[in-house]
Parts: sequence; structure tokens; C-alpha cells
Amino acid sequence: MSLFEIKNVSKSFGDLKVLNDITVSVDKGEVVAIIGPSGSGKSTLLRCATMLETMDSGELIYHGEKAAANDAEGKAVYASNAELRKIKSYFGLVFQQFNLFPHYDVLKNLCDAPIHVQKRNKTEVVKEAMALIAKMGLEGKEHYYPQQLSGGQQQRVAIARALCMNPDILFFDEPTSALDPELTGEILKVIRQLAQEHMTMVIVTHEMAFARDVADRVIFMDGGYIVEEGRPEDVITNPTEERTKRFLARFAENG
Amino acid sequence: MSLITVMQQIASGFGATLLIFFCTLLFSMPLGVIVALGRMSKFKPLSLVIQGIISVLRGTPLMLQLIVVFYGPYYAFGIKLSTNWRLYATLIGFSINYAAYFAEIFRAGIQSIPVGQTEAATVLGYTKVQTFLKIIFPQMIKRTIPPVTNEVITLVKDTSLSFVLAYQEMFTYAKQVSAAMSSLMPLFVAGVFYYIFNLVVTIVMDRIEKALSYYN
Repeated sequence: MSLFEIKNVSKSFGDLKVLNDITVSVDKGEVVAIIGPSGSGKSTLLRCATMLETMDSGELIYHGEKAAANDAEGKAVYASNAELRKIKSYFGLVFQQFNLFPHYDVLKNLCDAPIHVQKRNKTEVVKEAMALIAKMGLEGKEHYYPQQLSGGQQQRVAIARALCMNPDILFFDEPTSALDPELTGEILKVIRQLAQEHMTMVIVTHEMAFARDVADRVIFMDGGYIVEEGRPEDVITNPTEERTKRFLARFAENG
Repeated sequence: MSLITVMQQIASGFGATLLIFFCTLLFSMPLGVIVALGRMSKFKPLSLVIQGIISVLRGTPLMLQLIVVFYGPYYAFGIKLSTNWRLYATLIGFSINYAAYFAEIFRAGIQSIPVGQTEAATVLGYTKVQTFLKIIFPQMIKRTIPPVTNEVITLVKDTSLSFVLAYQEMFTYAKQVSAAMSSLMPLFVAGVFYYIFNLVVTIVMDRIEKALSYYN
């Protein structure tokens, strides 16, 4: 059984169809990279997967539990709030813009949701958060406020915040797009380490070299469709589809 | 009448001014939050009704609103008004009027907070109420301190409008003394009282702003 499945999802914004019957499933321990040009629908797919956006039609399943399924007319219907809350605890999301809480220090950014949403023991959560802060190379920063940190440090806090919820799968929405190349390296290093620890991850990214190195599978999207999907050495190094070749060629040109 | 006597007379109304000031803040601020949330409701009829009420409250004189609140129950329903009604009508009039202004300030404050804050909270599993109380509300308060300070300063001066209901606050006394003495001096003294009151208000609001500046 797949850890995460999204089946036949379609989504339109007004007249614009951004997702066309997309199906993706991710197994435990797998790292999937989603690449593609701007407006290809990759971020919308991630937002549908994390329920920030509602699907027009399609199924969304975590651990075999249905967060949404089609009704008789083929419209996606979501589960009850109580069920969705449980399902939400299975995944975490790291945003392009970090979205840390500016009025909370680093430690509270990590601990608040585990304590007040998951109702876990405070001492335990703080201990775990401190370990995550250390793991992210942010020792001594636990009482800093987000704006006192660099972009790379903020994104590492955001990753730690997501991990502190003990998710089974972690989604990344262009986690390095708001960072300069030097800071990008910091974040990629952290994600690479998580991959080595067999964290299940879905990463929307423009970092082709990184996708090739880290991902078990690469999905190339364009115009709301999955154009090509497979092992990174196939999709990125030897794409078969014309559209993928053109997209990757532009990347090669621009370095 | 000596200056000291005049000051004593006017100061005797200061307690009533303070009462109006604090009660108005106490009632209008929470009411403003509720009205702001209603104004932002996705349920269009509610949002539109509230928008209309805010429009009237901001578009007509506060003095007129005080008169309507005070005499309304008698003219509309023939209710005989108790002696305390003078104060209650003043407080109701001020609280509703200021709630309308605060509501618009709070709405702007809430809407200025990046949508990413709500999204991050949603993904972390916070309920809507938790998201508002823990994430949005504290950030909204910080952002709205400068416009709220403006309103609070205006309120200090607006309390003088309750003379129209002959509620015995500072300005009512000042006018009476001024008329009795045929002199403007008591009104100047009242002006100094209001000014000092506002200096204190400004200092307090400044402190609050500084206390909240531990983050950007």
C-alpha cells in the first residue's frame, strides 16, 4: 500500500484548467522530485495534496485513509473535519516563503503545534525540538525570532517545525527558490541528509542537479499534465519526450 | 472665582470623562474585533449588513448618534427613561461608534497578514479558532497599534461631546463655569486637562508599541 496517493485529480481556476487527471503515488521511504516550468501545475498539485487547495475531482489518500473521494457525479468530496485533522498529522509541508510565525521564537515555532494540536507532553516535545534544532545546525538559536535569522536558517527552522510533528511524508514547495545560491546549498544538504535517513519526501524544485542526485523518481509536469515520469537518470539525463528535452535544454543553457 | 477653584470645579468632572473613556475602550475594542470578523464573513448578507452599519456610523456625526441613542427609546417606543440612562446612552453611543472605526482598523490589520501564516497554521493542524487566536490576532494587534493610538487620542477629545446629553463630564462642567463667569478661561483650563490626558495616552501607547517590537 502506498503511503500517499492522489488519483485522477483535476483542478481549474475559473476557465484555466491547472491539473488534468493527474495520478501520483508515493511509497514509504521514496523521494520524488516534481519538475516543470512555471504554471505547469506542480505547486497546485502539492497544494491539493496538502489540502490547501480543494480538488474539483479526484481522490486523496494517506495510508489507505481517504481524505477525499469522488461522489456519483465525479466531484471530490472531503472527509469530516475530525478525519481530516487526523490525516493532516500524516504530512508536513515546507513553503517557499518559510511562513514561520514571526511572533514566536524558534523553539515555540517548533513546539506550539505538537503541544497544542497534537496534545503531546511538553517536556518531551521541547526535548525533541532541541534535538531537531541541533540537527539543523541551529544550536543556540532556539530563542531567536525568525527575522533575526538568515533566509537559509529560517528555512531550516521551517523544516524542523515540520519534522517536529513527526510526519510520515514531507512535502517541499520550491524550498530554495527564495534563497541565494549559497543558502540554497545549506537547504539541499539538509534535504539530502533526510533522504539518507529514508524520510519520505515529495519535492517541487527547479534544482535539476539536486533532483537527479537525491530523487528516486522524477516527475516532469507541463500544462497541468504529467509529461514524463521515471528514474532521474532517464527523465533528466535521457528524456524521451520532446517537451522535457526542450525544458531541460533551457536549464543547461542557463547553467 | 480663582483659577484654583475653576480647576477644582472642572476636575470634578474628570472622573466622568475617565469613565466614558475607559468604558468605551473596554466595550468597543472587543466589539470591533467581532464586527471586523463579521465584515469579513464569507456569508455575503452578513458582510453587507455590517458594511452598511459601519458606513452609517462613520458617515454621520457622533453627536447626532448620541442624541438618537438617548431619545430613541422614548420617541420610538414611549419608554420612560431612568436617570441613569444619560450615562448608559453615552456609553452605548460611544461604544458602537468607536467599534465601527476599530472594526475597519482591525479588518485592515487582519487582511495585511500574509496568507502564508494561515496556510502554515492550517497544515500544522491548528483549528480556525486556534489560528485566529494564536497566529493572526497577536500579529494584528501589533500592526494596528499606530491607527488604534489615533482613535484613542480622538476618543479623549470626543468624550466632550457627551455635553450634548448634559452628562456631567469635564466639558459640561467647563461650559457651565464658563457661562457663570462669562469667561473663556474655564474652557482653556479644560483644554489643558485634555491635552495632558492625551500626553499620558500617547506615552502609554508608545510603551505598548515598544513592548511589541521584539519582532518585526
